[in-house]
Amino acid sequence: MGQWIEVCAAGDIDAEDVMRFDHGGQTFAIYRSPDDEFYATDGLCTHEKVHLADGLVMDNIIECPKHNGRFDYRNGAAMGAPACVNLKTYPVKVEAGKVLIDTGA
Amino acid sequence: MNVIATPRDYGLLGRDAKLAEEMGLASAQWYQCPMPRKRLKELMQRRDAPAILDTVIWIASFLVSGGLAYYFWPTWAALPFFLIYGVLYGSSTDSRWHECGHGTAFKTRWMNDAIYHIACFMIMREPTVWRWSHTRHHTDTIIVGRDPEIAVMRPVLILKVISMFFAIPQTWGAIKSIVRHAFGRLGDEEATFIPEMERGKVYLVARIWIVIHVAVIASAFYAESILPMLFVGPLPTMYGAWVHVMTGLTQHGGLAEDVLDHRLNSRTVLLNPVLRFIYWNMNYHIEHHMFPMVPYHALPELHKDLQPYLPRPNSGIIDAYRDIIPALWRQRKEPDWHIEPKLPAGVSPVTAAAE
Repeated sequence: MGQWIEVCAAGDIDAEDVMRFDHGGQTFAIYRSPDDEFYATDGLCTHEKVHLADGLVMDNIIECPKHNGRFDYRNGAAMGAPACVNLKTYPVKVEAGKVLIDTGA
Repeated sequence: MNVIATPRDYGLLGRDAKLAEEMGLASAQWYQCPMPRKRLKELMQRRDAPAILDTVIWIASFLVSGGLAYYFWPTWAALPFFLIYGVLYGSSTDSRWHECGHGTAFKTRWMNDAIYHIACFMIMREPTVWRWSHTRHHTDTIIVGRDPEIAVMRPVLILKVISMFFAIPQTWGAIKSIVRHAFGRLGDEEATFIPEMERGKVYLVARIWIVIHVAVIASAFYAESILPMLFVGPLPTMYGAWVHVMTGLTQHGGLAEDVLDHRLNSRTVLLNPVLRFIYWNMNYHIEHHMFPMVPYHALPELHKDLQPYLPRPNSGIIDAYRDIIPALWRQRKEPDWHIEPKLPAGVSPVTAAAE
């Protein structure tokens, strides 16, 4: 277990949207689902290292903005070509209106 | 002034493939026009309705043109209906293949996949191979040695370009490829962009397609008529190809190679509603390459938003070919020469990889 790191205020991310978060030389994608749950994954698509935060969130899916690679951001599962490798996910919690992630570092 | 021609190696395993990597042109960061996140999200929203309506019209057009062609066969009155049917079969499938391959035409995934596979069969583009080749095309657009979808290579062979309007090189290439895949063999270049886990699908589809094509040919022999082969198979792919080649060559024809700015290697052309229906708005090609997840039905809106940063679009097919024909003709002897689109005042192009 690493250290919880503050990302942003919960209200900074719209429902069914994603935000980029860079920390410690790593880039993450932070999601807010349509039912107001928060999730975090690696920020780059496993297909060709494109920032997922520029993509489209549809329900529980994040779609890469470049090649339509799709992942379930709740568990990182790749949903089909061209995304063939799962995304790494990270624990997220909301405390006092702030979104925190545990990068494991 | 004489320009010295530089030999190019378009092979994905050749000299220019290595050179592109060394120059930072492979999987590089491309220029994107400024676009607020909220607006882009609006434009990327998926909808089923526009593509369902288009698809209903599309299928109805197939049925009416095909039905009348069948009704009037074997008289000359069938000819105009076959011409329409052919354009639907061999040309409108180019954009359906393309948009559904991006997964953006419909909101519902299975609808994209269903139309993708039907269109792939008609235009004879193997679905898995072309899904992956197109992925590479978007990563490395018109980068020599990296992009497997460069339609016109330089120095330009004019006869080859003319033959493309009848899909002769494309169809011959497709037949060889399908047979090779049916035997469970992948080309060395294909192996550079199709992952191992996807290859089984390539072989399976090739075998299914061969069974269908053999069945059509057998039915023609059985009926003692060429009619079945005029409706399904390589013939309609070929006699109907000219519209998609006409529109397709406008995408990148005559423009720069080896740049990282789609405004320099892609072209936007304003088209009439009939061609835009056939082509599913792919005439907004700079916009499509810059933001590939914007569905075809939102591209006119994206075009309006990006206008301050883009070159003036061509006003139509004739206007576009006024640029393209002299450019291709010149590139027969001067392969390094290319059209340089004029960007709006104060807007600079991006021509090289960032340090």
